[in-house]
Amino acid sequence: MLRFLEYLLIAGCIAVLLVVSHWIGHLAYFWMPPEATEEAQKVDSLFSFLTSIGAFIILGLVGMMVYSVIFFRAAKNDYSEGHPSRGDFKLEILWTATPTILVLWIAWQGLNIYQQLDVLGLRQIVHLHTPLEEPAYAAASDDKPKPAAETVEVFVKQWDWTFRYPNNVTSHELHLPVNLRTRLNMHAQDVLHSFYVPEFRLQQYIVPGRNIDLVVTPIRTGEYKLKDALFSGTYFALMDANVRVESLEQYNQWLSTAEHEPNTIKNQAVAEYTQPPKTLFKSNWYTVAPAQEAIANERKVMNDT
Amino acid sequence: MTHDFSEPLAEDIEPETELENNWRQYLSFSTDHKVIGVQYMVMTFIFFLIGGLLAMLIRAELITPASNVVDRPLYNGLFTLHGTIMIFLWIIPFNAGISNYLVPLMIGARDMAFPLLNAISFWILPPSGILLLSSFLLPNGTAQSGWWSYPPISLQVPPGQPINGEFIWIVSIVLIGISSIMGAVNFVTTIFWMRAPGMTFFRMPVFVWSALSAQLLQLINLPALTGALILLLFDLSFGTQFFKPTENGDPIIYQHLFWFYSHPAVYIMALPAFGIFAEVLPAFARNPLFGYRSLAVASLGIAVVSIFVWVHHMFTSATPGWMRMLFMVTSMLVAVPTGVKAFGWTATIWKSKLHLETPMLFAMGGAAMFLLGGVTGVMLAAVPFDLHVHNTYFIVGHFHYIVFNTITMAIFAAIYFWFPKITGRMYAEGWGKLHFWLTFIGANLTFFPMLPLGLQGMVRRISSYEPRYQGWNVIASLGGFLLGVSILPFIANMVGSLLHGQRAGNNPWLATGLEWTTTSPPPRDNFEVIPVVRRPPYDYGDPKYSVIEPPDYHQAEH
Repeated sequence: MLRFLEYLLIAGCIAVLLVVSHWIGHLAYFWMPPEATEEAQKVDSLFSFLTSIGAFIILGLVGMMVYSVIFFRAAKNDYSEGHPSRGDFKLEILWTATPTILVLWIAWQGLNIYQQLDVLGLRQIVHLHTPLEEPAYAAASDDKPKPAAETVEVFVKQWDWTFRYPNNVTSHELHLPVNLRTRLNMHAQDVLHSFYVPEFRLQQYIVPGRNIDLVVTPIRTGEYKLKDALFSGTYFALMDANVRVESLEQYNQWLSTAEHEPNTIKNQAVAEYTQPPKTLFKSNWYTVAPAQEAIANERKVMNDT
Repeated sequence: MTHDFSEPLAEDIEPETELENNWRQYLSFSTDHKVIGVQYMVMTFIFFLIGGLLAMLIRAELITPASNVVDRPLYNGLFTLHGTIMIFLWIIPFNAGISNYLVPLMIGARDMAFPLLNAISFWILPPSGILLLSSFLLPNGTAQSGWWSYPPISLQVPPGQPINGEFIWIVSIVLIGISSIMGAVNFVTTIFWMRAPGMTFFRMPVFVWSALSAQLLQLINLPALTGALILLLFDLSFGTQFFKPTENGDPIIYQHLFWFYSHPAVYIMALPAFGIFAEVLPAFARNPLFGYRSLAVASLGIAVVSIFVWVHHMFTSATPGWMRMLFMVTSMLVAVPTGVKAFGWTATIWKSKLHLETPMLFAMGGAAMFLLGGVTGVMLAAVPFDLHVHNTYFIVGHFHYIVFNTITMAIFAAIYFWFPKITGRMYAEGWGKLHFWLTFIGANLTFFPMLPLGLQGMVRRISSYEPRYQGWNVIASLGGFLLGVSILPFIANMVGSLLHGQRAGNNPWLATGLEWTTTSPPPRDNFEVIPVVRRPPYDYGDPKYSVIEPPDYHQAEH
């Protein structure tokens, strides 16, 4: 009877844990930035699922530890053993099989969602410049460009983002039409950089010598921040750009006005390089001079894109 | 537990051994594994303090959104050296030190297999560490490209300055790597060939299994990093183009080689910590280690699986889809053997008779926090989620939950647990508990805020940030300063107890394990008579609390 009650109690605890973990998994949506792309919704649902499972494991095991600390304390000078059991074969099989099944389930969910992201366009396409290697890559399935309504060229350099639009307008701001698949064709000139907009839930390294495509479908108008997520040198912290997701009409309107107006956004890295701010400790160590001009203009002249 | 200061544990008038008094031996080229072990531990602790000071400067910078404490090149140098020191001059060599001290004792050997090689392995480290730190004195300072040293940014060095921070960094890490490879040869040979009669593999303590697994990883994977760094040095100093993208080199190959070592390196650091939990938890729970064989085999399992997971650091590095999927599954599989370990620890504590002394507090605290580190690790293995939080503070938080909240806590558990064995004296329990609570609270205050910061998109390695991130950063910085303060009672305790601590006796914790059957500190040759092992480890059901036969039995038999 006691044993039955013990099992009942354990079952009750597990049920409570399941409810609490599910609730924490639901809360996880609120820990993320706003969802600005279709991809973001998928990633958040995966994160919620992972948080639920993680909360169940952490609360379960930490709960057992805390329970032990409260109820299994030894009396002073009592060095006899608590339970003599060295192991339980069935239990060990169970707790080996359970995480195995669990991680396979998580991996399946990850795979499933990754494939959905692929449908939505979150997949990089790598082209190498090397002539000998290009045909092989061109034949690879990854290399087929995703259909997209718009293509924006992204140029990145220490410490400057520049974007070139279909009508050859260049800007230091990324403008994207809402609900439209836009291909970002990305090029790095000096070191590795990483394209990252937290609200888009995607990140992609940009490797010099490779053209990397990323197709995004923003679904929420607003202003966001593009960041360089991979350390790119002295002024790395200043390596960001504004992202404006707007209606197609506003986007087209901006394109036509930008064609006639010069781009006047100040490069923070250049400003800081020429006039360093005051800091408590100053090293004056060597740094690469930040890019002074828009790269897209240089590349147009060189005609190497 | 047994070191109540109202009751002497052993005769205070016991004469001090020559070994104990002769502190000069710790500055000498000794070939005794115990001296070398202590040399490693003390030296690495000094580097830990230096790495910690750098971390506090970083946290001071991040307490406000603006860049106002250190200029940006110095900030970059600080986080580069902080990461490098903590990994290559604190955790990995500390583990080599504690393993050096314990493994021969635990397996009933008189010394390591190659004592001279052992001493050379150690003595490579201090000059390498000093060399690394000396780069602060260079006109253009230390390396600034992070502890990954990814090219091509690591190749951007001051023109006309062949001896620069990056050059020094590479030479130091290559030297440290050579030291580790020599150490690994020694450990693996010792564990295979130097075990006492009767010490079968399944009578070895889990700590020895963990050390063996970690050192096998060093042997297999570390040459990849050493090779990559030598190629990087060629690119940096001799004009080669292995990793220069503008010259048809490939920087992504560097990442493969780097992570081929540096992901298993996390387990090279963590496995000994898991071994420490397996020694401390049963001793203070007074229970046999639950599922000993599973936990022993899980150590090897972690080592094997961890060789095949390195690409999860490169999901965003122009990595093709098939590779992302393959390494997502292998990365998640590490959760199986580590899960087995976590369940085994919990089952050992369950229905036990807990004694919450300082080593137990650190072990339980470390094991509990490992759960958060492990769960966030599985999250990061899931490609779609990783695409969002890669290179954000979420990774920094996860990583520090492993390297500080788990491994460094385990290291403190080990220091307190074996302090009586190493020094022959007890530490002060009150100071130990104060140290634990300051560390536990400080560590969570410092590293938990990094998880929500990362989810919100705060990128790692930035020296200024958007004001919306300030709240969590202030908490993390205050936690970091508390962590800095937490080390003071530890230092006071260790120094004070070493000089004035109560005599410990041979086995103050009534623990099993061969190391507790010899004197504290052990004599030069460890045991008067090499023990014969006839019983499994963790025999806490046995009133003798010992796995060896008494010497008279041994002598009668032979």
